[in-house]
Amino acid sequence: MADTRLKTIGELLARQGILIAFAIFLIGFAVFSDRFMTPENLATVIRQAAIIGVMAVGVTVVVIGGNLDLSVGSMLSFSTVLVVDLHDKIGPELAIVVMLGATLVLGAVNGFLVGVARLNSLIVTLGMLSAIQGLTLIYTGGKNVDILDQETTWFAIFGRGYVAGIATPIVMFLGLALFMHVVMAYTPFGRRVYAVGGNPTAAVFSGIRRSRLVFSTYLISALTTGIAALILGSRVMGSQNNVGQGYELLVLAGVILGGTSLLGGSGNILKTVIGVLILGFIQNGLLLMGYPYYAQWLVTWVVIILAVWLDIAAKRGRLLSPIA
Amino acid sequence: MADTSKNAFVTWLTRNPIWGFIVLIFAFFSFSNEYFFDLQNFQNILVQTSTIGLIALGMTLVMINGNIDLSVGAVVALAASLAVDLQSWGVFAAWGNWAILPAVAAALASGIVLGALNGFIVWKTGVDAFIVTLGAMIGVRGLVFIYTREESFFAMNFAYSDFGASSVGPLPTLAVLFLLFTVATHLLLSRTVHGRNTYAVGGNRDAAVNAGIRVGPHMMINFMIVGFFAALAGVTLSSQMGAATPNLGRDYELWVITATVLGGTKLTGGAGNIIGTFGGVLAIGILRNGMNLMQVPAFYVLVILGMILIAVLFLDKQLNRRGKQELKT
Repeated sequence: MADTRLKTIGELLARQGILIAFAIFLIGFAVFSDRFMTPENLATVIRQAAIIGVMAVGVTVVVIGGNLDLSVGSMLSFSTVLVVDLHDKIGPELAIVVMLGATLVLGAVNGFLVGVARLNSLIVTLGMLSAIQGLTLIYTGGKNVDILDQETTWFAIFGRGYVAGIATPIVMFLGLALFMHVVMAYTPFGRRVYAVGGNPTAAVFSGIRRSRLVFSTYLISALTTGIAALILGSRVMGSQNNVGQGYELLVLAGVILGGTSLLGGSGNILKTVIGVLILGFIQNGLLLMGYPYYAQWLVTWVVIILAVWLDIAAKRGRLLSPIA
Repeated sequence: MADTSKNAFVTWLTRNPIWGFIVLIFAFFSFSNEYFFDLQNFQNILVQTSTIGLIALGMTLVMINGNIDLSVGAVVALAASLAVDLQSWGVFAAWGNWAILPAVAAALASGIVLGALNGFIVWKTGVDAFIVTLGAMIGVRGLVFIYTREESFFAMNFAYSDFGASSVGPLPTLAVLFLLFTVATHLLLSRTVHGRNTYAVGGNRDAAVNAGIRVGPHMMINFMIVGFFAALAGVTLSSQMGAATPNLGRDYELWVITATVLGGTKLTGGAGNIIGTFGGVLAIGILRNGMNLMQVPAFYVLVILGMILIAVLFLDKQLNRRGKQELKT
């Protein structure tokens, strides 16, 4: 009796480990810093995590489909530079349309190479990372871009504004995550993405158009990157041409922390949100406790590996790998 | 007879398309630029590529194993900082130029230890190397920033930067170092039991286990090798600059993986060789150098490099198509 109960607790731990870790972190930080558990601070953390979070929502879809997207970092640079630069030239409305269009084209190139031409997604998006970074630099000629009229433009709403008293980035992040969660969990499209990521051959035999599906997952990650660029560009009102450098790996860290398997076929958008928030809370909490800024990176190192380790240990039923 | 040797050559070239590409760009730059075909310039290319090249040697082993190491860039920064910082410690004040020795030794040791740590975690936990080293990449970079307090170190002892600029006969020391290690790694991979095991483990891990190979320690050794090479690259880079910055080696993992894949090493493991990797490294070096001499802005190199990477992948897929057709959809 006691034995089965222990087992259930173990299973619960394994299945919801990320939630439990999240709770432990929150409680820990709350105990050690009295400034941590204030509504203002929590809002700040979510707001700061919003850019990585929005991107992570799209990348989660790609990873569930069995692929990787390393190009989102330089895509973020590209889109932010584009929207900020065009803002003064053709007005914010058109700038946003053009930027989203251009970002989707980049996503389509990824999608074509991985989905239709069936090339390895890691290498393709690695190549695209470099190519898009180059494109951005060619576009700007190496200079940084700025929005001149920062006070009156309505473009400020994405990064600095509020919707019903809540900061817009938070609304966009959580709204988008909720929307994608519904799409992935309750629509035929979502089910097909899981199917293709889990077992491509079986998916094809059951009549799923794999090429088209993989293609559309890359469109989704490009779109979310474009939305992240809106937030970033509007918040900073300017952009360095390498602003997104390294984001691809932080995004991936959030996705992995959320329990999405890099092999594809499993994962959950809402858990990705928690994964991203954990990274955000680690950063914030350690700072409030007086540790140096970069201590969060050390903790991230440990947390990522522990999270994945416990996950697969639960699946195989033993802690250590059976490799000789 | 002539026919078979021609066939053998064509087969070799379809397996190593990168060398065809090198001949192409080499000819192109030689004819289109007066400064390219020059001994001095060739030395430059070798020195410029030696940093990425050294790491790519180790990365080839790890990738043939079916693993990957994303933490090499951070290890470059850690080793460079250690090498430059330790030699100015008061403990070694009386050592004179010999103070460089323990500093470099510590730098190299840090790479080996971090490699061992990565390998040990991959071995014992069974977590994918991509995730383990992604974590290490972030964590080690954090370690560098905390250790250096976000400041650059400068080598006060000029003997250190003199080493980076020195020559052995007609060749720069760093180029010689790179070539020597290329040969050594090639021999390790093609002539030793460890090398054969590397292919076996990457090709079919279960079969390797059944054949009695201790897969875990084997993979750990390869991670230690790539860690050593990354640290060595950090040392050579800092001796070239006479300094170490905490941002050193950023994006190196991407360059190294690009070079290795250009050289024909498969991400899925089991295939690849050092001659190919050397070609991949050279291709990147010649391309950067040649375009630089033609005053093409560095931005275009990034675009072209990305396109070449994808093109090589595409070509490889067309040339080495397996017998069974893929599922069309």
